Parts: sequence; C-alpha cells; structure tokens
Amino acid sequence: MSTRTSGSLRTYLLTRVLLFVPQVLVILTIVFILMRVAPGDPISVALGGQRTPEQLAELRAAAGYDRSIFVQYWEYITGIFTLDFGHTIIDNRPVTQIFTVNGGATLTLTAAAFLVAMVVGVPLGLLAGRFRDTPFDASLRVFGILTYAAPVFFLGLLFQLAFARGLGWLPSSSQASPIVLATVESRTNIFLVDALLAGDTSAFWNGVQHLILPALTLGLLLSGIFMRIIRINLIQTLRSDYVEAARSRGIPERKVVIQHAFRNAMVPFVTILGLQVALLMGGAILTEQTFNWNGIGSQLVRYLENRDYVAVQGVITLFALVVVTASLLIDIINAIIDPRVRY
Amino acid sequence: MTEPVLSVRELRVWYGTEHGPARAVDGVTFDLRPGEVLGLVGESGCGKSTLGRGVLGLLPRGAHLDGEVIYQDRNLVEASAREIQRLRGPELGLIFQEPLTRLNPLLRISEHFEETLKAHEPDLPKGEAKHRSIEVLRAMGIPPTRYRAYPHEFSGGMRQRIMIALALVLRPAFVVADEPTTALDVLVEAQIIGILADLRRNFDTSLLFITHNLGIVAEACDRVAVMYAGRIVEQGPVNDVFARPQHPYTQELLRSTISLSTTGLHYIPGAPPDLINPPSGCRFHPRCPKAMQVCPQRFPERVPVGPQTVECWLHGPDELMPDGGREILVREEITVADEA
Repeated sequence: MSTRTSGSLRTYLLTRVLLFVPQVLVILTIVFILMRVAPGDPISVALGGQRTPEQLAELRAAAGYDRSIFVQYWEYITGIFTLDFGHTIIDNRPVTQIFTVNGGATLTLTAAAFLVAMVVGVPLGLLAGRFRDTPFDASLRVFGILTYAAPVFFLGLLFQLAFARGLGWLPSSSQASPIVLATVESRTNIFLVDALLAGDTSAFWNGVQHLILPALTLGLLLSGIFMRIIRINLIQTLRSDYVEAARSRGIPERKVVIQHAFRNAMVPFVTILGLQVALLMGGAILTEQTFNWNGIGSQLVRYLENRDYVAVQGVITLFALVVVTASLLIDIINAIIDPRVRY
Repeated sequence: MTEPVLSVRELRVWYGTEHGPARAVDGVTFDLRPGEVLGLVGESGCGKSTLGRGVLGLLPRGAHLDGEVIYQDRNLVEASAREIQRLRGPELGLIFQEPLTRLNPLLRISEHFEETLKAHEPDLPKGEAKHRSIEVLRAMGIPPTRYRAYPHEFSGGMRQRIMIALALVLRPAFVVADEPTTALDVLVEAQIIGILADLRRNFDTSLLFITHNLGIVAEACDRVAVMYAGRIVEQGPVNDVFARPQHPYTQELLRSTISLSTTGLHYIPGAPPDLINPPSGCRFHPRCPKAMQVCPQRFPERVPVGPQTVECWLHGPDELMPDGGREILVREEITVADEA
C-alpha cells in the first residue's frame, strides 16, 4: 500500500511542478499588460519635461520602446528567463542589482516577521480555540482584530515612539548603526550574515536590535491573521466527527486535542499561508518605509516616485514570482501532510 | 436471570436553549443483560441518539445529565471525566451513524488502532498492538495489507467495518450502535448486522441498537424499547411487542412500516412534540387515536402488561384513574396552522 501512496505523491508533485510553468507565464503576462495599459511610454513618463522631445525619442529608441508591443513582450519574457530584468531609467542600474543589493534586507525583515507571526499567532490561535468563549479567548480575539486592522505604519510609529523615543530601549530606524554598517564588509548583502561571517558579534547584536521593532510591526500584523485562522479551524476540528469518535474510544482529552484537532486545524492554515506571503511582502513595503529599512520595498517606493517603469516592473515581477513559488512550496507541503491532496 | 450489565434509571438529558431547557431524554429506565441486544426505535428527534450518548457521557457542550447509569456498581452520571474516559474503549463502546467522517483523514488506519490500544494499555508492545488490530480487522473482512492505508482509500461500508473494529478492539462489554447502517446500502447493512450478531454470540457483548428500521429490530434484537418525546413508552421482548403492541404509538409505528404488499402509506398525523414545551400529561395524547380525558391531565404510569412495560392510561392503573378519565378526549382537529 505504501508504495502506491508514495507513487501517487510523486505523480502529484510532478504535475504540480509542471503547472508552475504556465502559472508563471500567466502572471508575467499580467504584470506586462498592467505596466503597459498606462498611457505614454516609460521614458516620456519618467523623463518628460526634463529633456527635449528629440532627446526623448533617442532614449526611447535606445531602450527599444519604439518597437512593436509583441517584440517588447517577447523580450520581457525571455529576459526574465535569462535573469535580465532590464536597466532602471533614472539611474541606469541593472534591475537585478536592486534584488541582490537590497534583497538581503527585505529577506531579513520578512523572515523575522514571519517568525514573529508564527511564534505569536499559532500558539495564541490554538489557545483561543481550545478555550473558546472564555475571557481569555475574548481578549485574544480583540488582539487579533487590532493587530490586523491597525495600519503597519501606525503600529510602526507607535513602536518607535514607545520603545525608541520614549523608553530608549531600541533603535528606531535603519538596519544597523551607521558606523557598524560602514565597518562590516558586505559579502552576502544580508547584514546579519555578513556580521557573523566577519566574526563581529557586537555588529550582529546591533543588527538584531535594529531588526526587533520592524519585525514586530510586520509580524504582529500577520500574527493577528494567523491567530484568527487557526482559532476558527481548531474550533471546527474540535467539533468534528472524528474528534468525537476519538473521545468515544477513550483517548485522553489532551491527546485528542493534539493528535486529532491541532494537526487537522493546521491543514487549512498551511493552505492559506501561501496567500499570506503576498500580504507579508505588501506589508514589508510599508514597514521598510516606516523604519527607513533599505530593502526592495523602499527601493520600489523610490522608483515609483520617480515613475521608473522598468524598475517598478522588475520589482513587481520579482514579487509575483516569489508569491507563485511560495504557493508551489505550500502545495508540496500540503501534499506531504494531507494524504487526500495527492488524489 | 443474570445480573444486568448496565442499568439505566430515570435518566434525564436536557439542553439549555434560549427558550428554556429542551428535554431530549426525560426519565428513561431500562436494563441490559450480558449478550442482550436492545433495539431502541422512535421517530427522528425523539431522543434516541441523545440517550445513547448520555449513557456513555459523550454529550456536547451545554447538555445536562441526571439520573443513574449503573455499570459495574458505579453510577457513570456521577463519574469524573477521567474515570469515564478510561471506561470508554475497554468497557463501553460506540459505533456511529456516519462512517465517512468518523476517521481522522490525516491518520493511517494503523495509527487509529495503535493510538486506541496505547491509550488503555500503555505497556502494550507495538508488535502486539499491530497483531491484535489486524486480527480484529480480519474478522471484519479488512485484509491486513490495508493496515497502513488512509481512511479515504476505503469505501463507506469498509470504513464502517473499520469503525466497528476500532470500537471492538478492546472488547467492550457494552456497545451503543447508533444507526450503524443508516448511511449504507442494504448489502453492507446485512453484513454489518451479521457482524454484530457474531459479536454477541462470541463475546457476550451487550448492544444498545439505535435505529428507526423496524425490520432490523425484528431481525437483530432480543428486546425493543419504543421511544417517544424523550421517554420509553413501551418495552419488551421483540416478538411480543411486534405481535401485540400495547401502546397506541407502537401500534401506529408498526402500521407505518412498508412491505411489498403495502398499497397506501400509513403515517401518524402531526409532528413529534416540541421538547421545550412538551404536551401536558402523556406526550403522545395530541396525536393519539385512543386518547382519553385522563391523558392530557396526568402523566401515565409505567404498567406491566404481560412481558411488556407500557406507559399508557389504557392499561391503568385503575386506582389512579380520576372519575370520568376513561371518557374519550374530544379535541379540535389539528390544523396545519396549529402545527406551524
């Protein structure tokens, strides 16, 4: 039996990975169309008024925007598959450089925020569901709604006021103190890793201190959502037929809750996790702005303000690819924990 | 007569609702002897399932339990949650109505069995647990090769047999079977009935068999209890009750069965009563074709009639009957508006 089960798991995974290709193509096409439905070409929008019409036409031709839309589309798609996202208009830098230089900061922030969300959201959700309708549950629900409803920048500002300005416990912005940033040699563009590679523990702790407030801000936003999803799923599984059946066989209540209810409540949660990656990245843009965090998000805002279509298109493409990849990973994880998915 | 394995005395179960308590089980008394199968029949909503759950202490949140369920000289109604949890499995079992949703979809069949055995016999070696589980499954016609499969890989009938095997792997002395065949087709139904009959023959297991299929009761049960609005209105040996039903409700119920020779469908007018505000006196009097003056006034006594026990004023006792109580009850026609 086990051979058939693992065989069907393999088939499922293969199909799922193959489906990834058309999924990516569709999303790239949508990004391309969205970027082109806006009137005017990218050059005129970015530099219009600053150059003469002749200069603009020259730049347009140089960048290839005078060619047919299909040629441009083909170039865009093939470019992505060869990891060429084009050059930014305002500072003529390869878009991939935004990813490599600023990606580390965003990765650090989102990973830490995700960790916060899991560590806070999952246990609180399980507790709220287990002890539903108690005052404890009620206060957790209020917490969930507040963190979800509070705008990221508002919560970020509150944290800055309280912990940086007021109590003075933690720094309020940037990835590390300026001197520390200048002294640590950049190798991976992930500051914390660089600090460890350099063997500079004080720089590392400096980085961790700077990370706490932005990670809490973004993580708490997500934790409220996590908590609510897990709570409602747990309440449903605790009411389910198989939980009652387990009780009828005299399984101790603690084991019923852990083996039958918690685990099953995690399945829909994992499914939704894929969607939360998009929220995580959207939140990262705002958090980076609030905390002056030099990641992809704050770069995106800078290029948006300057109407640099190429840079914006590149960053959006990256975000879209991350979301699609995350959903692929989630589906794979789901197939491993839930045998029914494989069919 | 042997000592009963289970004695239920004046068991009450009520649910708190916004409009007041709903009395789902309202003073039920019966005994069950070793190896005996008691069929529990009645319309939907009469409290059959609640009674089955109440006996095992498996009621949902907000349900209240009162009375006595005596098992091995202990009153389970007063037992602690921990105590009754230990009894469920090795002493008391439950077989459910809908087998499709009763197995945890994320756990293998093997995990269900090993978890159950381990909960009650923590020192059992893993190999022994597997051996015992496979033996019970084999007896239910599930091949050992499927031991590590997941629930969704089985048909409904197979899942019900797995559920039965799970309930029986610890050899409980008393099992509640709550409409175990309702969701299954007739062939599987016959199979399940056969399995339950074997069980009684081989292990002296006592069964409380909840069903609304009178044919199954005739075939599989020794005694039958007819439930109406939370009370057992008549109980006795199956043959006697079916041959000479004493309560008008039992009579009506038996007339409502269909067979190949049935031409018109007989039904009991009206609907089962509201359990929050039940009718006064005998709960069946508004629908009873033989209702008398006494019926809405006084609660009927439990009266022995031959081998049966009946709660109906038709059978007395005469010394409690008020003057003129035997006059026929005149009542307005039950209209659709009244029912609504």
